[in-house]
Amino acid sequence: MLWETFLLALQAILRNSMRSFLTVLGIVIGVAAVIAMVTVGQGSADQVTADVEKLGSNIVMVIPGQDAMRGGPSGLAPQPFSMKDNDAVEALSPVAVAAPISQGRERAVFGNENWRTDITGTDNRYFEAAQWELERGRLFEDGEIKSGKAVCVIGETVRDKLFGNADPLGETIRIKSMSCEVIGLTKSKGASTFGSDQDDFVIMPIKTYFRRVAGNNDVGLIFASIRDGASIPDAMDDVSALMRERRLIGVGEEDDFEVMDMEQLTTMLTGITGILTGLLAAVAAVSLLVGGIGIMNIMLVSVTERTREIGIRLAVGAQARQVLMQFLVEAIVLSLFGGLIGIFLGLGLGLLGSSYLNVPFQPQVSIILLAFGFSAAVGVVFGYFPARRAARMSPIDSLRHE
Amino acid sequence: MADPTPLIALIGIWRTYGTGEATVHALAGIDLTIDRGEFVAIMGPSGSGKSTAMNIIGCLDAPTAGHYLFDGVEVAGLTRDQRALLRRHYLGFVFQGYNLLARTSALKNVELPLIYKGLPRAERIALAMEALEKVGLADRAHHDPSQLSGGQQQRVAIARALAGKPRVMLADEPTGNLDTKRSIEIMKVLERLNGEDGLTIVMVTHEEDMAQFSNRLIWMVDGKIARDEPTRKVA
Repeated sequence: MLWETFLLALQAILRNSMRSFLTVLGIVIGVAAVIAMVTVGQGSADQVTADVEKLGSNIVMVIPGQDAMRGGPSGLAPQPFSMKDNDAVEALSPVAVAAPISQGRERAVFGNENWRTDITGTDNRYFEAAQWELERGRLFEDGEIKSGKAVCVIGETVRDKLFGNADPLGETIRIKSMSCEVIGLTKSKGASTFGSDQDDFVIMPIKTYFRRVAGNNDVGLIFASIRDGASIPDAMDDVSALMRERRLIGVGEEDDFEVMDMEQLTTMLTGITGILTGLLAAVAAVSLLVGGIGIMNIMLVSVTERTREIGIRLAVGAQARQVLMQFLVEAIVLSLFGGLIGIFLGLGLGLLGSSYLNVPFQPQVSIILLAFGFSAAVGVVFGYFPARRAARMSPIDSLRHE
Repeated sequence: MADPTPLIALIGIWRTYGTGEATVHALAGIDLTIDRGEFVAIMGPSGSGKSTAMNIIGCLDAPTAGHYLFDGVEVAGLTRDQRALLRRHYLGFVFQGYNLLARTSALKNVELPLIYKGLPRAERIALAMEALEKVGLADRAHHDPSQLSGGQQQRVAIARALAGKPRVMLADEPTGNLDTKRSIEIMKVLERLNGEDGLTIVMVTHEEDMAQFSNRLIWMVDGKIARDEPTRKVA
């Protein structure tokens, strides 16, 4: 009987295939949006994790100021670190290498070309800790680091923007008032998960950066790698204790710096994707609601159109419950059709989006099942009222209906 | 008489619509018994209550007061769903406007009541084909109503009423939409079903000629039975 009812519903839907399709469009859009967004979101999150893992899970970053993770106001401008802070961190036993980093955005000029990019002052320890490799050229020599010589290593994007097809090695680029010789080119890493270009930078010795670009000796970030086998939480505690001591923070006072490991960094980065996914889910919920009302509307039309059919069914012995089931199943099948189309459309969009953003395609079985269940629920909720109306019809009146 | 209980017994049946000033008595205390194997025609002017009587006999409607014994069982107080079950198992309907499902083959139309009887598909098809053969339309089983003439459509409707092997067939102006030639064809089918298979038939009509195919004619006026007599055929 249920199978018969299902076939009957299928027939009724296919009889008005165009109308049925337009009816379920709201469901299609809602489901497709959720599926696409969750798929791409999950892919992005996985990519972030992979990106961070590429940096090495043994990385700890120390940043001046609090609330960096929460993005809130930090009150007073935080006191920056110094080169001595970096050396002290590196002296800790669990720390393998610590690199001081200072960054700013400046315009780099070569000939007629110019390009605004991240200028990073650091030393060779950064390349070691972050596992950067050179495509061509060389890293800084000790003398260059000590004397703060005007030499730099550039990323692929900067090379492309300033030099085009020309060879950058040995050429001189201008940053602010300084002329700087290009000695190395890093291997391209491509776009990151959030579309930010990971090859868009100029790296120079930190002393050069202090003197010629920043005009102060402030270290903005300490980038430390932890020895193999050492506990990262313990290392973070050591760094924290060291910095509290060096920055004269009393017992009971809060840190005015932050120590982050890669796990926290991942959480912070994937949190953004989570917010976007949540927003879209809300939009999708509205779309499903509108879609459900559309189904209710068309089912009411259908019930009115088929008054005689209902009369015939009642006359030959259909009970109210059976007529109710017939129209309810029809609404559910209609809604499930919308859900199915939406799932395929969403997966298609997810595939497109994933390949466009260069993240792995990660279809989530759980969200697909959820979408399917949700569209069935929409059918039940919005199909019930029209179906009840059909079931309550009087056989005599509906047979007379013109 | 093998079975003394009449198939249909209406005792003091009233059917009242509206309240207060606007009260209309469509049926005003009807007594009527119909035995197995009878072919009864109900006639009467518009508003005489013949359709209401038909609806009550057919359990599409419930009387306001009175008793209705169907095969000796009181059915006047049944609920909507109980009446549906009664229709499903014991009654077959033929309407003036054929009332076939559009874009649905003759066979599927005839199968419809059997679906509600819960019969398996193979049995449904066998019974439906048997019913279509009885009305001479076995070769049109897979035609849609739109591909059939009015007379053929009404014969499909008769087959649908027959398919479930009902105790009574109720026909509400079965020839109302047909010309005389087709009407006579339909009446001959009913006459044969009554004569050969002993099917009990209750028919409402406003055509005297058609009523003469039955055995008994009941004439209604103002919600009451004015005459109840055998037709010329019998007399």
